[in-house]
Amino acid sequence: MLGEGMLKGLAETAKNFAGSFVSKERLTTVQYPEERIAPIENTRDFPFLVYDGDDAMAGLRCVACQICEKECPPKCIYIVKSTDKKPDFVGKMQIYPARFDIDISVCMSCQICVEVCPFEAIKMDTEFELSTTDRFGGLLYDREQLSRSNEHYHKIHPTEAAEVDARLAEEKAKAEAKAKAAAEAAAAKAAAAPAPKEAPAKEPGA
Amino acid sequence: MATALKSYRPPVIEPSEEGDELLEVAMGPHHPSTHGVFRMDVALDGERVIRLKPVFGYLHRNHEKIAETASYLAAMPYTDRLDYFCSLTNNWAYALAVEKLAGIEVPERAEYIRVITAELTRVQNHASAIGFLLQEMGASGTPLMYAFREREKILDLFEELTGSRMMCNYMRFGGCRVELPKGWLERVRTLVDGLPKFLDETEALLTGNEILMARTQGVGVLKPDLAVNAGVTGPMLRAAGVNYDIRKVDHYGIYDRFKFRVPLGDHGDIYDRYMIRVLEARESIEILKQALKDVPAGPIMDPKSKIRGFRPKAGEAYGRIEAPKGELGFYLISDGTGNPYRYRVRPPSLINLTVLEDMCLGQNVADVVLIFGSVDIVLGEVDR
Amino acid sequence: MSLTAKLDQIFVLLQHWISGFFPLWLQPAVGTILAVIAIVATFPGIFAVTTVLERKGLGRMQNRLGPNRVGPLGLLQPVADGIKSLTKEDIVPASADAVVHFLAPVVLVAAIFLGFAVLPVGRNMVLMNMDAGLLFFFAIGASTELSIFMAGWSSRNKYSLLGAMRAVAQMISYEVPLLLSSVVAVMMTGSLSTVKIVEAQSGFTGIFPHWYVFTPWGFAGFVLFVIAALAETNRSPFDLPEGESELVAGYFTEYSGFKFALFFLGEYLGMLSIAGFGITLFLGGWGAPFSFLGFVPSWGWFFVKLFGAIAFFIWLRGTLPRLRQDQLMNFAWKFMLPMTLLNLLVAGAWRFLGEGWSRWVVCSAVLLLAYVLLGRVLMRKQNLGPRSYRYAD
Repeated sequence: MLGEGMLKGLAETAKNFAGSFVSKERLTTVQYPEERIAPIENTRDFPFLVYDGDDAMAGLRCVACQICEKECPPKCIYIVKSTDKKPDFVGKMQIYPARFDIDISVCMSCQICVEVCPFEAIKMDTEFELSTTDRFGGLLYDREQLSRSNEHYHKIHPTEAAEVDARLAEEKAKAEAKAKAAAEAAAAKAAAAPAPKEAPAKEPGA
Repeated sequence: MATALKSYRPPVIEPSEEGDELLEVAMGPHHPSTHGVFRMDVALDGERVIRLKPVFGYLHRNHEKIAETASYLAAMPYTDRLDYFCSLTNNWAYALAVEKLAGIEVPERAEYIRVITAELTRVQNHASAIGFLLQEMGASGTPLMYAFREREKILDLFEELTGSRMMCNYMRFGGCRVELPKGWLERVRTLVDGLPKFLDETEALLTGNEILMARTQGVGVLKPDLAVNAGVTGPMLRAAGVNYDIRKVDHYGIYDRFKFRVPLGDHGDIYDRYMIRVLEARESIEILKQALKDVPAGPIMDPKSKIRGFRPKAGEAYGRIEAPKGELGFYLISDGTGNPYRYRVRPPSLINLTVLEDMCLGQNVADVVLIFGSVDIVLGEVDR
Repeated sequence: MSLTAKLDQIFVLLQHWISGFFPLWLQPAVGTILAVIAIVATFPGIFAVTTVLERKGLGRMQNRLGPNRVGPLGLLQPVADGIKSLTKEDIVPASADAVVHFLAPVVLVAAIFLGFAVLPVGRNMVLMNMDAGLLFFFAIGASTELSIFMAGWSSRNKYSLLGAMRAVAQMISYEVPLLLSSVVAVMMTGSLSTVKIVEAQSGFTGIFPHWYVFTPWGFAGFVLFVIAALAETNRSPFDLPEGESELVAGYFTEYSGFKFALFFLGEYLGMLSIAGFGITLFLGGWGAPFSFLGFVPSWGWFFVKLFGAIAFFIWLRGTLPRLRQDQLMNFAWKFMLPMTLLNLLVAGAWRFLGEGWSRWVVCSAVLLLAYVLLGRVLMRKQNLGPRSYRYAD
């Protein structure tokens, strides 16, 4: 009969109208920015550099290997290596980035820099309300603006941060065990070797 | 079966009176219903369409050139942005092409995850396509809002899995990038249980609607011969009556383990395309139910595959999948270095658009927008 | 007078009291002016509320809230919209016919306001109790089509002109079913006066009212009237002339700022006035739905029914897609016209068959049969119908 389909459609809309007053399923919007939907843990927006401890520059994990710069698809990372070295989390002297700039307006949040970093130094943040009125430099973040502490990383990605910490602790333990074994081996070698010959003293004027 | 058309010329519609001036109109690129920046130069005689020339390229972003200069891995996030509604299927097609090129095997768990994400993508794409079609028909966005309500749930699941709602960048050569979060499969099961109700509601609202039937039945007919010869694929082809679904033809992934049917239309008009999309969404739900039952444990990535410094040996490969819009294919020629020598995308939306003029000739100008909407294109794919 | 009667006639009493301050020869004029002021104040106020209700109603149907930032629950949104349209630049195209361009919205709004003059809002509350009120209403309604054509013509824009011609064609072809469907009410009352039509429906049998909509011919007439009214006022699903996703943008593309607001006002006021008219003809005007509810003032019932009609229009807008132009016209001439003519016959048969249950059965059966047959013919002519789909094996 003509009109039957339309009446079914009208019933459907009326159901939704009535339902919007009683069930959350039928009223799915939130009043942003007063109300926000709980952020999902794994979300990724823009990168940040992780540092351990309290001092951002001293505790930066990044060793300026420039792998992320090479792999970044839109080439938004710019790294300048330092000329001196500072100790990393296992105590080895490493170079560090004198400059580490990411252009947020170019970054496409693909997370490839995080995937390829061998030092767990760069991770993805969850901030997306980053609009600025400075047209030219406002979205170009330098080393200081990109650094966030490990505590911050734990806060935004708890499970991931726990895994990373476990991995780093394991590596540190392995490195320490290796160093201890090497020290023991060196000490054993030194003990087993004959006493060093005394170098003949140079006679003055001979 | 469709026959080859030896010499095809589109039908010529004569204007009604001699010497009558044709009204030449440019629809777009700023137009509320062109799914993006797209222009159609239409010549009208009164209300009938005499000539239609699509003009695109407004969204050209040099995707293929970028992929040829960047590495294989770096091209993956760019494939997200081809058909930006269905980024996970784009990723899969590219990963499939590279795996064919380099001869990489994919572990079973990764295959299951790929199927689950691809079918979820298909459901949300078809729902949105129907919503957009009805929006253009003037239903003030009600079916669109319902479709987006369900789409939001699916996108939230994608965000939990991949970190991003739309630009997922999830497949890698040899598997998937990251393991499933805890409880994700449960949440997908809950969602899939609620999807048939949504489709029933949409059908109650739309399928029997006489106004919808009056506007879409018999409009924009695409004959199967023309469809096959023009290379049209996807729901448009199946609505025209040709049985061609790459999941059944190529048996890529593990699709031959799942039982699902391929719906076919008889008339090839807009109503058939709309109904085929609804029926395909239902079939996707069937596949999802079967796939979610037995996802095996195991690695999600081939242990031998490299992320960085990926250098396949020289050769060429064409990997294609049944994307929600049609046959999405990637043709790669490798010369042994870290980036492809030639990288070519076969965009289903563009190939499906080539028959737009044939479908619109002689039709009312108010139907051009509907016919265009029923092709279901995404400009990111058309222009790359 | 009892309290309920006083409440019922409160505005009439107010009018008499105020005009009592003036000399006797001036009193009728003052009374009329007061009524005019009341109309000009009330109905645009209802228009403002309608715009918010429409947006919020559509929003709720689409699982979202409507506007809710301006004022409590967003109810002051029309104030914001009004300020916006007043402060926009008034652009008149250089090649446009300036006088006609200016006059088009004015003619529209003036004509629509004139139509409110014969609408009985309550007991004894009608501005002009004309003997030919219905005729006056439809004559004024036809002049709104004139203003639409003026708008399209004066813009000197090919697309506006096409849009205007389409709109005028649509409105003209739906005038006929509109008129014919309202003629049944006239036939049964025996008078063209809107006041008499309402009074004829104000009786009760038991608790049920004598509204015309509760008879077979009245129900059919009401449904046809509503469909024709939707088409007359360019409401969904007949809003092709102003659809944004269509090629031709509509007859008011060249209007901006306050003139556009006037067109908008005119369109919604037209919707209110024709809804009010339908209520007068078929839904018993200011009559109560049950006899025991007679204590509620008559003007209260009228506005309740008016809001019910508006809610129904909003409901239709949120659900149905729009019809194409040729389908509209097809529908008008091939479905609505035969149905309205048949309705006239049935109404006559109703009177002829006399009292009793036989006339209910006969009239309902004839109308139902005609509806089903005509509907089938309409759909089958274009091979429309539900389909079943096969699966590949």
